[in-house]
Amino acid sequence: MEILETVFVRNSLVVAFAVVGLTIWVSYFLADKLTNGRIHGSAIAIALGLLAAYFGGKATGGSTGVADITLLGGIGLMGGGMMRDFAIVATAFGVKLSELKKAGLAGVISIFAGVIVSFIVGAVVAVLYGYTDPVAVTTIGAGAVTYIVGPVTGSALGADSDIIALSVAAGLIKSILVMIGTPLVAKTIGLNNPQSAMVFGGLMGTTSGVAAGLAATDPKLVPYGAMTATFYTGVGCLLGPSILFFIVNAIL
Amino acid sequence: MIVYGVALLSACLILGMLIGEVLGVALGVQANVGGVGIAMLFLVLASNSDKFKALVDGASGTGIQFWSAMYIPIVVAMAARQNVVAAFEGGMLAVVAGVAAVIVSFALVPVISKIGNSEPSSEESQ
Repeated sequence: MEILETVFVRNSLVVAFAVVGLTIWVSYFLADKLTNGRIHGSAIAIALGLLAAYFGGKATGGSTGVADITLLGGIGLMGGGMMRDFAIVATAFGVKLSELKKAGLAGVISIFAGVIVSFIVGAVVAVLYGYTDPVAVTTIGAGAVTYIVGPVTGSALGADSDIIALSVAAGLIKSILVMIGTPLVAKTIGLNNPQSAMVFGGLMGTTSGVAAGLAATDPKLVPYGAMTATFYTGVGCLLGPSILFFIVNAIL
Repeated sequence: MIVYGVALLSACLILGMLIGEVLGVALGVQANVGGVGIAMLFLVLASNSDKFKALVDGASGTGIQFWSAMYIPIVVAMAARQNVVAAFEGGMLAVVAGVAAVIVSFALVPVISKIGNSEPSSEESQ
C-alpha cells in the first residue's frame, strides 16, 4: 500500500491521465450501450467527474473535489486553470477569422447582457429571500454572474464572509448546471453554429461551464463559446462593485 | 518539429494572459480581462497567416492539434476537481439564484443570436 502510494504520488499527473482516460472509455461505452449514442460520451464523463468531485469533497472535506484524495492529486493539476486555458486556446487552431467577425457584434452584446441579466436574477432572488442590505444583495447578484465575480465584488464592497460564501455557492451551481444542462437544451435554443455558440459563451460566461457544456454538445463549437466567455468574468468584475452596486444602492 | 507548434501555442497564451492582466490593471479590476480570448485570437491570426506557416503546418501543427484533442479529457479532470459539495451546501438561496440565472440566460441565446443574423450577411446568402 505504501509502495503504491509512493508511486502514485510521485507520478501524479501520469496517474491522472490514466484515470481520466479510463473514465472516458467507460463513459463512451455507457453512452453507446445504454443510451444508443443519444447522450454524448463526454457529457457522461463530465457528469461522472462532478459526481466523483462530490464524493471526494465529502470524504476529504477539501475544496478541490477528487484532487484532495492523495492518490488522485494529479487531477488537480490536469484539470487546473493552466491546463484548461492551454487546451482552450489550442481549440482555436483552424478557426476561421470570418466566422468570428460575423458574430462579433452579437458576441459583445451577449457579454454585457449576460452579466447584467444574471446579476438582476441573483439580486432579485436575494431580495425575495429577505436580504435588504445593498452590499449583500449586490454580492449575491454578482455570485450569480460567476463564482469569481461574487467574491471579487463582495470583498471590494466589504461584505460578510458568509454572504461571500453564498455568492460562491450560487456561482458554482450555475457553472455545474451549464455543464450538465447545455447538451440537453442545445437543440431548443438553436445552439448548433459558431454564431450562436459565441452568443451562448457570452451569455453564460462561466468558463468552466461553457467549456464543459459545449464539449458535451459539439466539440467544434468550443472555441467560439470559449472566446466570448473569457471576457465575461472581467466585465463582471468591472460592473459588479461599480455601476451595478450603485444601482442596487439607489433602489434599496 | 512538433515542439514549434507547442511553443507557438504557449507564446500565444502567455502574450494573451499578459495583455488580459494589463487590461485588468488599467480598468482597475481584480481579474484577467479576456486573456484567454485574446490568446485564441492570436492563434487564429497566426494559423491564418503565411508568415507563420512553418509553425502551423505539418508536424508543427500536430503539436497544437494534440492539445486541442486533449481538451475534453482536461475538462473531465476539471469537472472532477470542482467544489461540488460547497455548491450544494450553500442552501436553497444559492441553488435558486444559480438555477434561475442559467434558465434566463439559456432563454436569451436564441434572442441575441438573431441580432447577428438580422444583418444582410446571413448564413444562407453566403
